[in-house]
Amino acid sequence: MRTLRFLLQKEFRQILRSRSLLISIVLGPIIQLTLLPLAANFEVKKIAVAVVDHDHSSYSEKLIAKIYASPYFTGGRYRESYKDAAKLVEQNKADIVLEIPQNFEDNLVRDGNAEIFIAVNAINGTKAGVGSGYLANIIADYNQDIRLQWSQPGHFSEASAIDLVNENWYNPFMNYFLYMVPGLMVSLLTGIGAFSASLNIVKEKEIGTIEQINVTPIKKSTFILGKLIPYWVLSMFVFTIGMLISRFAYSIVPVGNISLLYGFLSVYLLTLLGAGLLISTYSDTQQQAVSLAFFFVLVFNMISGVFTPIDSMPGWGKVLSYISPMSHFASVMRMVVLKGSTFIDILPHFIAIVILGVIFNTWAILNYRKTT
Amino acid sequence: MSAITLDNITKTYNKGKVLAVDKATFDVAEGETFGLIGPDGAGKTSIFRVLTTLLLPDGGSATVAGFDVVKDYEKIRNCIGYMPGRFSLYQDLTVEENLNFFATIFNTTVKENYKLIEEIYVQIEPFKTRRAGKLSGGMKQKLALCCALIHKPRVLFLDEPTTGVDAVSRVEFWDMLKRLKHQGISILVSTPYMDEAALCDRIALIEGGKLLSIASPADTIKKYPGKLFAVKAANMHQLLKDLRSYEGTHSCFTFGDAMHVSFKQDANTDVSKLTGYLTAKGHKELEIAEIPAGIEDYFIRITEKEIAEK
Repeated sequence: MRTLRFLLQKEFRQILRSRSLLISIVLGPIIQLTLLPLAANFEVKKIAVAVVDHDHSSYSEKLIAKIYASPYFTGGRYRESYKDAAKLVEQNKADIVLEIPQNFEDNLVRDGNAEIFIAVNAINGTKAGVGSGYLANIIADYNQDIRLQWSQPGHFSEASAIDLVNENWYNPFMNYFLYMVPGLMVSLLTGIGAFSASLNIVKEKEIGTIEQINVTPIKKSTFILGKLIPYWVLSMFVFTIGMLISRFAYSIVPVGNISLLYGFLSVYLLTLLGAGLLISTYSDTQQQAVSLAFFFVLVFNMISGVFTPIDSMPGWGKVLSYISPMSHFASVMRMVVLKGSTFIDILPHFIAIVILGVIFNTWAILNYRKTT
Repeated sequence: MSAITLDNITKTYNKGKVLAVDKATFDVAEGETFGLIGPDGAGKTSIFRVLTTLLLPDGGSATVAGFDVVKDYEKIRNCIGYMPGRFSLYQDLTVEENLNFFATIFNTTVKENYKLIEEIYVQIEPFKTRRAGKLSGGMKQKLALCCALIHKPRVLFLDEPTTGVDAVSRVEFWDMLKRLKHQGISILVSTPYMDEAALCDRIALIEGGKLLSIASPADTIKKYPGKLFAVKAANMHQLLKDLRSYEGTHSCFTFGDAMHVSFKQDANTDVSKLTGYLTAKGHKELEIAEIPAGIEDYFIRITEKEIAEK
């Protein structure tokens, strides 16, 4: 225990003395958490719609006015032919081309049926999907307006008999920050934890200090603990800062118990730091460790469910996501913050990270030998 | 009891492809300063790493302070001091912090063993709040020695302690080792510098993983067969060529400002014949003198034989 105390004292001294490390560990997340949620926004706005109106009727005018009235679309791009409008897409000045054929109004009035044509620039998949969805919604809405206008009072309306009403549970106003900020916090903490832990022992290897340590009576486990605890403490500190930022900058108040979050995090960090340590024991230089950690952190992020739903991943993706500790933390974070889940709800995730933690740490300790 | 014993220690790398240490056998007596002398890549560091329990030997056995390097490695780690060839203290900690740290992990304090390091430490004490990484080479060396000594080890391992250190600091460093010897600490030291070899009680010459000779420096020199001559002339470059092509020459190599020449055993060692030969070749300012062989001369002599045998 005495030895551990001195090891910790030494580690903290080194950490506090390294300005670049402190900046990247403490200041970095603060900046990222205040700026990134604004940038990593999936809401699609400012979709440029180019209109080719061959009809020039009052109905077509009404439709166009309705589209441009929406805050999601920007307009002012009328073109005489589809070809000209397509050119706008090529020049990246328009995302969607809406073509209204000749006799749009005539067909609509006479047959009660008309066609319009939408072409979407799908280079940015999200924008294309969401944009055409919005547009379809507006057109459907327009459709209904006309039908309501035409329907005779006293008769049963031919217009939609089923009306869909949406309700968003746990995030009624679809507040984007409520969803994204906790996810980003998970992502940041994972990055910090994995990188700092993987660099740690390697740094001693590279500088040669490990030789000096290895000929002392320090036990392997004590040495490793001395390496883990400082980053564990540091990550808890960063998490606290993150919680304060999300409280005061984004007004996010976790529905669930905060101590449950801390409890889960404290175990999650042990798992994560164990994974970092494992990387550390396999690398000889800091460069190798960073490359390896970068690879894993990237994969962890991609399959974590923070940015894309796990349910839509293929089978192997779901398996990967299950054995990646980050996805469990991401789920728990959202469950507790948004839904107010209790310990029983998150128990499966808890068990998963405990198992992963035991595996990573045992593996790391076995692989780190003082003698070769 | 011997401080260190090695019995046919063998160490290979790359799954046996590279033979680093080939059946090394020697003893270091209690309180002795024992030097491992050899060029880079001779296997010195491998022997050190086996003895300091950082490497497992592939064959043979060894003890340090009476403990087996494989079975009792934990006990060994409590009673040895090791100064690796590369400076390996915490560069971002100060002189004082490094020293305190190494004292505490051995469950001791700087105060307790201050006497042992006092003479060395007073020289770096003015810089005790400076970070170790910002010290000069000689200072780093002294600090590393302090850290290796702070727990009063019974055996001290110094792997090329003076490589990359200026001449004055080297002399100082060896003076310190002499004083440590009086404290009864056994020292195993390696160096590529032959002049430092003379300062050890006994030396082992090592080349290609093989120990070639183990004796005191004086006895090592005595083993030199035949006579050795130092030859000088105005045109040293031509002199080397001519000496090498001389029929009676066994070997000739540049040594400082002279050529060290030895003759074949059956050859006539009469200097006048050589003088005649060299004068005929047109050499001016010719000086030929018989000199006592140094450790380096002997080292070259025996490694030559090794190469010839191969």
